[in-house]
Amino acid sequence: MAARDSTEIEIDLLLEAIYQKYGYDFRQYSDAHIKRRIMNRMVLSGYNTVSEMQFQLLHNKSFANDLLHDLSITVTEMFRDPGFYRSIREKIIPILKTYPFIKIWHAGCSTGEEAYSMAILLTEEGLMERTTIYATDFNQRALDDAKQGIFSNTLIKEYTTNYQAAGGRSAFSDYYIADDNMAIMNQNLKKNIVWANHNLVTDSVFAEVHMILCRNVLIYFKRELQNKVHKMFYESLINGGVLCLGSKEGMYFSELKDAYQDLDPRQKIFKKKY
Amino acid sequence: MGYGAIVIGVSSGGLNALMKILPSLPENYPIPIVIVQHVSPRSDGYWIESMNRTCRLNVKEADEKEKIERGNIYMASANYHLLVEKDKTFSLSTEAKVNFARPSIDVLFESAAEAYGEELIGLILTGSNSDGALGLRKIKEEGGLTIVQDPETAESPSMPAYAISTTSVDHIFSLEEIANFLQTLGEGN
Ligand SMILES: C[S@@+](CC[C@H](N)C(=O)[O-])C[C@H]1O[C@@H](n2cnc3c(N)ncnc32)[C@H](O)[C@@H]1O
Repeated sequence: MAARDSTEIEIDLLLEAIYQKYGYDFRQYSDAHIKRRIMNRMVLSGYNTVSEMQFQLLHNKSFANDLLHDLSITVTEMFRDPGFYRSIREKIIPILKTYPFIKIWHAGCSTGEEAYSMAILLTEEGLMERTTIYATDFNQRALDDAKQGIFSNTLIKEYTTNYQAAGGRSAFSDYYIADDNMAIMNQNLKKNIVWANHNLVTDSVFAEVHMILCRNVLIYFKRELQNKVHKMFYESLINGGVLCLGSKEGMYFSELKDAYQDLDPRQKIFKKKY
Repeated sequence: MGYGAIVIGVSSGGLNALMKILPSLPENYPIPIVIVQHVSPRSDGYWIESMNRTCRLNVKEADEKEKIERGNIYMASANYHLLVEKDKTFSLSTEAKVNFARPSIDVLFESAAEAYGEELIGLILTGSNSDGALGLRKIKEEGGLTIVQDPETAESPSMPAYAISTTSVDHIFSLEEIANFLQTLGEGN
């Protein structure tokens, strides 16, 4: 066997230590992504080898927290991909309206922008009262931020543009109060959102739901892990339920792709067959 | 020597520049090409379709987990970083902008350099920022071939100039010379 590159060996050992000590399993995340994040932290912290980080990971709690945070990309937006939300309004809302109560699972909700966007949309469609949104992530820092529902005011302009492009029915400013720095989302938007820590790799099926949104999460997983999570989604969805992936994510390699019907191929919205 | 892939980074003035290079490549071109062109995060990718109509090679957006194969020119999607895995498939990422850009040229180049080593050609074209310079240096370090558009001939010279100041590159070419060079590689392969 050809000798492997030292850095790769060190990264494997680091991921193994993270799993054994902290229970987070990154061993089947995409290599290029993991390597970028780890090398980034190495340079930031002034270490020369990944092995030096191994020591810190095991013995320095705050270093470990930073590294864990680095490995989960939390970048998100309100009404990200406005065309997606237009498609939800046109194609999914009529389906959801047929149910007396609705459960929606946002898997990998990060700091909550996506769940708040959905709450706004459902409010405008008159469905929020009978909906429960389960917003989950394995990153507790992100979840804590999400619960607060406080966003930097500098982003509001961009979010307003997104909201309008998403077919918003009102003024975006109806949904928050702002001062010079912060915008606080209206309390009633959170009323039916349940925030929960859930790890897609190590935890089990979450709930029986009508709709799952998991956008920009599976892109970080290798194929086999994607397949495993797709199985979990399939088991969690009711028949006829809707699965929404990110705009650049297909079901290309999922063993379950024939179990779904395309509702909007451009927006990567799929319906579980009966 | 057989090259496994060509990566191209280009920013402002890019469409013009690419149109001077890519349409001249034949349908059976033996090396896959992967391109980061900085575009607005809201671009719908229509420009990719129009490139596809003008090129003989198949021009498409790079899909996540897709295997990199000859006959194709892959374009990074707006608002996603594009990375190359060691098994020659693509990964996408939404991590923060790098060099104010997503997709970032450095991110593609650095990952491609690790995947292809000395079998990679890196090419920096016109652009008014500094993205790609570190990525090109990494390609050089891994033994790959580095080419930069002559800043004098670039619509926006700073990206090529920055790349040249960071790495002792193998060739500094005009667009026409780049087109010729790439064609010759196709013949030899
Ligand atoms: C890029 S964000 C996507 C946020 C939002 N869905 C969007 O598209 O805007 C990815 C999120 O996935 C979460 N994540 C990554 N791996 C996870 C796992 N194994 N279980 C649960 N969440 C995970 C990260 O913590 C991060 O918040």
